[in-house]
Amino acid sequence: MKTLVYLIIGTFFGIVMYKSEAASWFRIYEMFEFGSFHMYGIIGSALALGVIGTQIIKGNNLKAIGGKEMELKPKTMSIPRYLIGGILFGLGWALAGACPGPMYVLAGAGFGSILIVIFGALLGTFVYGILKNKLPH
Amino acid sequence: MEWITDPWPWYVSGPLIALVMFTLLFVGKQFGMSSNLRTACSIGGAGKAADFFKFDWKKERWNLIVVLGAVIGGFLSANYLSDNTVEINPDVADKLETYGITSTGDAYLPTEIFGTDSLSDPKILAILVIGGFFVGFGSRYAGGCTSGHAISGLSNLQLPSLIAVIGFFIGGLIMINFIYPLIF
Repeated sequence: MKTLVYLIIGTFFGIVMYKSEAASWFRIYEMFEFGSFHMYGIIGSALALGVIGTQIIKGNNLKAIGGKEMELKPKTMSIPRYLIGGILFGLGWALAGACPGPMYVLAGAGFGSILIVIFGALLGTFVYGILKNKLPH
Repeated sequence: MEWITDPWPWYVSGPLIALVMFTLLFVGKQFGMSSNLRTACSIGGAGKAADFFKFDWKKERWNLIVVLGAVIGGFLSANYLSDNTVEINPDVADKLETYGITSTGDAYLPTEIFGTDSLSDPKILAILVIGGFFVGFGSRYAGGCTSGHAISGLSNLQLPSLIAVIGFFIGGLIMINFIYPLIF
């Protein structure tokens, strides 16, 4: 039953990514060229509702199904980790034109070449895991 | 049929992404796509190489099912819900043309980069692998990607997520302004 819920959420997410064109390389490039409001509108409206909803959840101490705490733990503060990691991610995002969510969506859409991008992403994750203790966090 | 295949405007798409995030919160989970890459490494046996991959990946199985759904969503959209073309700002399309990318408006992804014929070009192959590598390395280093930081983290007013998102844009702007002219 739970499996079906996650499958439906994922399918819905995949359709939203594709239909919004957030999974399109062209839209990502256009965003970094500041050529359209489209991507900023998507992220901005998701975020505006996200901030309001999260404040309502916290203000009323709402619980997840089963009475569990919601997954809203604060993140540990650091500048180098988020800044350097973020810049590296941004370089890849603009080069491949896809972030992790859309990669899976594009694989389903039948773009064979995206499997090479996913392979690269797995490799990058693996190398991070090896180097983790040597990097500033 | 156009009402089915037309792209969704931002004011429909953004709220639906927020809906995905809240639905996951209500079932006790957190919206984040890049952590699946770590889970996949662990399943593949990367725990032998680094402690970072030694964790109980079975607890993350729910997120792999979300990924499976995303794949199905992509399949359904591309085959039944879209004409698989993307219109962008004409000035941006003109600029892409100077880089030799002329498939703007005719395809969902540039055929010059993602077409199967392009795979025989070592430069294109390198773009795909290196682009993916930075996404994987950077998202794990920063502890999240667009979904985990730009949506979930910023919604929870997390300063670390703001720093990460500023980083995403610094990296993206460096790539298209300074590195694209060198590679295209």
